[in-house]
Amino acid sequence: MKKSLPLLFLLVLLTGMLFGLNTSVHVSNYKTIDKPVEVSNETTFHQLMDVLTHPRCMNCHPTDNLPKQGMERQPHHFDMARGADDHGFEATQCHTCHQKENNPYSGVPGAPHWGLAPASMGWQGLTRIEIAERLLNTETNGGKNHEALVEHLTKDALVLWAWNPGVDANGVEREKPPLSKEEYIAVVEKWFADGAVIPTK
Amino acid sequence: MKIQLIVNGTPQLVQIEDEMTPLLWVIRDVLDQKGTKFGCGKAACGACTLLVDDQAVRSCSYPIKFAEGKTITTIEGLGTKENPHPVQQAWIEEVVPQCGYCQPGFMMATAALLKKVPKPTDEDIDNNIINVCRCGTYYRMRKAIHRAAALNSELPITEQEKE
Repeated sequence: MKKSLPLLFLLVLLTGMLFGLNTSVHVSNYKTIDKPVEVSNETTFHQLMDVLTHPRCMNCHPTDNLPKQGMERQPHHFDMARGADDHGFEATQCHTCHQKENNPYSGVPGAPHWGLAPASMGWQGLTRIEIAERLLNTETNGGKNHEALVEHLTKDALVLWAWNPGVDANGVEREKPPLSKEEYIAVVEKWFADGAVIPTK
Repeated sequence: MKIQLIVNGTPQLVQIEDEMTPLLWVIRDVLDQKGTKFGCGKAACGACTLLVDDQAVRSCSYPIKFAEGKTITTIEGLGTKENPHPVQQAWIEEVVPQCGYCQPGFMMATAALLKKVPKPTDEDIDNNIINVCRCGTYYRMRKAIHRAAALNSELPITEQEKE
């Protein structure tokens, strides 16, 4: 036993040296940076558009006056349509079925002022660039400047419903947009803080 | 929780454990007014349509907590046997129902429509009356809706205002 102790000590020493050598080689392969990597405007733009083109948002931004429903974006049941004020018809309105919050029993989604976005803010079938152009154009966006747009996009209860979409009639959770609500809000704020630049076509 | 509401002109105080309980079940099971029907349970068929503050609502998808302080009208409160509502009178004259199950919902939706559009066109009817009838009585219902509009217009102004 006593004779094997020096051998054991030598083995531990050699192992330690090998690991130390190995680590120093790997560290030298990395570049050191002084500041965090900048996320490009184009990346931010596309992150924002990943959300805005998701069915949870797009279904209520039709260009044919027909609300859509589901991930497959099928036309709303029973020919429900925009009507004169974006909230359905005289006696059968959005709130005939959609209340101020999701209904866990019927599976009918709900949020305050449930309805379609104005026709001028229809996005269905448009490119990401065209959507952004409509979003920023005060003639199509209801006269909103950048500050008002950030407010709408990050605080409006119906917009933020996309992250609390509830369950469908079968009790299955609806899919949420690809970014978390917090990530989305950060992306909106960054894109506008950077000037809301639309990538060149 | 306790909910105060007015149903067919009568103030009601109901005690409900689950605030999300559909208004439909309170009307039917607590207040024992069975005219409003359960159909699909997902606000699609319209059999459960009633009026909340004169607005057509699918009661199977309307949580009782939202009914606090509201005025509810069901088919039982639309008119009486002696003095039927123009919609009820028109339904009788045109012999609309077949099995009849969905008819209260259609009649309440029509009553709501006539309040907003006293003389609806066929397009108005197509847009607003989107309930489902498995017997396919749509053709007779369309005639009845036009008849109800005519009967409504024959009422003295004060009677129309009541509707």
